[in-house]
Amino acid sequence: MTPLASYLLVAALLFSIGLAGALTRRNAILVLIGIELMLNAANLNLIAFWRYGPHPELLTGMMFAIFSIAVAAAEAAVGLGLVIQIYRHAHTTDLDAMNRMKG
Amino acid sequence: MLMQEEIVAFYPPTQYYVSFITSQLWLIPTMPIVAAGIIALLKRLRRKASVTLAIVSLSTSLLLSLFAFMHVVAGWAHGVAVRETVNFTWFQFGVSNVDLGWLLDPLSAVMLVMVSFVSLLIFIYSIGYMAHDENFTRFFCFMSLFSGAMLGVVIANSLLLLFMCWELVGLTSYLLIGFWYQKPSAAAAAKKAFLTTRVGDVFFLLGIVWLFAQTGTLLFYNNGAGSIESAALSSLLAQPAAFGLTAAGAIGLLIFAGAAGKSGQFPLHVWLPDAMEGPTPVSALIHAATMVAAGVYLIARVYPLMQAGAQSGGTTAALTVVTWVGATTAVFAALIAVAQNDIKRILAYSTISQLGYMMAGLGMGGVAVGMFHLITHAFFKSLLFLGAGSVIHGCRNEQDIRRMGGLKSDMPLTFLTYTIGMLALCGFPLLFSGFWSKDGILEAAQHWSVAKAPFYMLVFGALLTAFYMTRQVIYIFGGHWRGGKAAHESSAVMTVPLAILSFFAMALGLIGTPAWTWFRAFLEGRAADFTWRGFLEPGLLTLMGVSTLVVLVGIGLGWSLYGDRSPKPTEPDALEKATPLIWGWLHDRLYVDELYKVTVIAFYHWWGYVADWLDCRVWGGVVAGVAWFFGLWAQLNRLLDNNLVDGGFDKGCDELAVGGGLLARVQTGRVQTYLRILALAVLLLAAILMWSSRA
Repeated sequence: MTPLASYLLVAALLFSIGLAGALTRRNAILVLIGIELMLNAANLNLIAFWRYGPHPELLTGMMFAIFSIAVAAAEAAVGLGLVIQIYRHAHTTDLDAMNRMKG
Repeated sequence: MLMQEEIVAFYPPTQYYVSFITSQLWLIPTMPIVAAGIIALLKRLRRKASVTLAIVSLSTSLLLSLFAFMHVVAGWAHGVAVRETVNFTWFQFGVSNVDLGWLLDPLSAVMLVMVSFVSLLIFIYSIGYMAHDENFTRFFCFMSLFSGAMLGVVIANSLLLLFMCWELVGLTSYLLIGFWYQKPSAAAAAKKAFLTTRVGDVFFLLGIVWLFAQTGTLLFYNNGAGSIESAALSSLLAQPAAFGLTAAGAIGLLIFAGAAGKSGQFPLHVWLPDAMEGPTPVSALIHAATMVAAGVYLIARVYPLMQAGAQSGGTTAALTVVTWVGATTAVFAALIAVAQNDIKRILAYSTISQLGYMMAGLGMGGVAVGMFHLITHAFFKSLLFLGAGSVIHGCRNEQDIRRMGGLKSDMPLTFLTYTIGMLALCGFPLLFSGFWSKDGILEAAQHWSVAKAPFYMLVFGALLTAFYMTRQVIYIFGGHWRGGKAAHESSAVMTVPLAILSFFAMALGLIGTPAWTWFRAFLEGRAADFTWRGFLEPGLLTLMGVSTLVVLVGIGLGWSLYGDRSPKPTEPDALEKATPLIWGWLHDRLYVDELYKVTVIAFYHWWGYVADWLDCRVWGGVVAGVAWFFGLWAQLNRLLDNNLVDGGFDKGCDELAVGGGLLARVQTGRVQTYLRILALAVLLLAAILMWSSRA
């Protein structure tokens, strides 16, 4: 097994765990944690492909990962803000209770 | 902007420049018009501000006019007949330009000074006369607008610009006649003046359009390409019109119709006596000195057109018509004036008569003869009107001369100046300007080649003039007081303009005596020498003797009939006792108004009735039929709409609603369901990719 393949395997595992968490949990905060895991799996892929790609001397993969982390941080802040507002409004973080947008 | 100076007559054209004063000539009419605009925005109580604005702006115009006049005189003294024009294109349509412009020549210079000077004096006089009027501000707004428009008429180098200012003048005349619009008679007089002059103006406009169609320009002078310069005139002469007239003659007659309307020539004179419903300064300025003279000025301005095609010493059809209309008007109006009792109406008919003299003078003697009478008349007639205003003011708005009398001791200044004006109007010999200007017309009439009748008519008119003016002066100032409360002399603001005007009513004659024909030489671009031999022309001294005799007979006749009698207001007039029948005719203004009533007005009444009937029965019926048809059509459409269109539409809407309901179930509102579908879709995509890459 090449180093790249093993990195990718770890990333795929991480992604699957995150996806499973996001799909199965009812608590909005846990769903957010799942999404963070999926994002980190993607970051891991970026780094891996950069490190074992044709131009490891250019800092492209690192830059992508850093951007992605920054965006993830912002997203987490917005997501948590939303959750807090919803909690204040409905006194729950249960996602199944938040179905007022249905058609 | 195209500028050039044209030098005509006795000096070859060498210079092509426009003097500073000519390039700024537009300021002269603009000043009072702008002042009128500002006054219109002032509050009604800002009396001082409005009158200051009006007088300052007009004084500036007068100053500029004087500069322009001095410029022309200076040029003339150096042997150059100045004719400077500034032309510019207003707009284009197709290949033609519509050009406007202004010009400075002796004719316009003389008129500029006269109009702005007389206007200024009348403005000053109005301060006193209108002092008690609550609409003082509005009065000065209209007066300023009038002065500006009139000055515009004077400097216009384009028939179109002249026509625009001409209509503006007509508008202000309407506004000022109807100034006391709460009086029904004033409102009616304003309407009458507007409509009557409109009759002439329609012909005038036709003439303008025809001239433009023939020559392609409406500029008077444009360096040889103007519409009344020789090139255009010869093409107009080559063009035949109806009744054996050339196009030049026909256009000249059309323009004369406009001039006749404005200048109150028979048979369009009926508006002018009624126009006396306006305030007296208005009558003096507009309906005696300036606006009514605009018609005469117009004919003088287009004189090359009127004269086109005349053999040497001969005359043209247009000028013959002008002469006959003028002479008829002169006698006709003088006859009516004999039997009027309203102080202003007598003067109004006298104005009409004098305008007839001017027209006849233009027709027979040329520009200088007619214009000289115009200028002298402007001074002595505005003097008479202002004097009449002073009398009316002093007698507390009494206008019936039978209820006056003995005013020579109550109003000595007014009496003195009025008498000077009256003697000038009568043409009293030597000292008074009217004598010289009227003599010029009579002399021209004597030598007229077509007929002798106008000469006798004008002499008879002079006799009547002396007679009715004597009658009026004796009624007003002679005898003893027959009114109510005693009269009082007017204030200095009114009498000083009277004194100034009476000075000019006498002194102006000096510039047009046979010994020193300065005015004529100035207008015609010749040198003027002072020579006593001017009097020795054959027949001239005899003519002067005859006209002196006529004036003396007129005055004597008036004196013998009315002197020292002071009849009661209810007593019949001395002339009425002598010939009640003729007096009745004259007193009723020779039934011209009544004639119009049974012809023109009756026709319009009948036509209005017919039109009303047509409207109700014929056109109304057609309209109702169309409406009925469309009503029926609308019913049919409603049925179609309700059953066919609406049904289909409702069905479509129902289907849409059902479809929407089905699709709405997909939207559960639960985040994790969406995420699940997303994950499945990603898996599916991954599967497709993997499968396709393997294949």
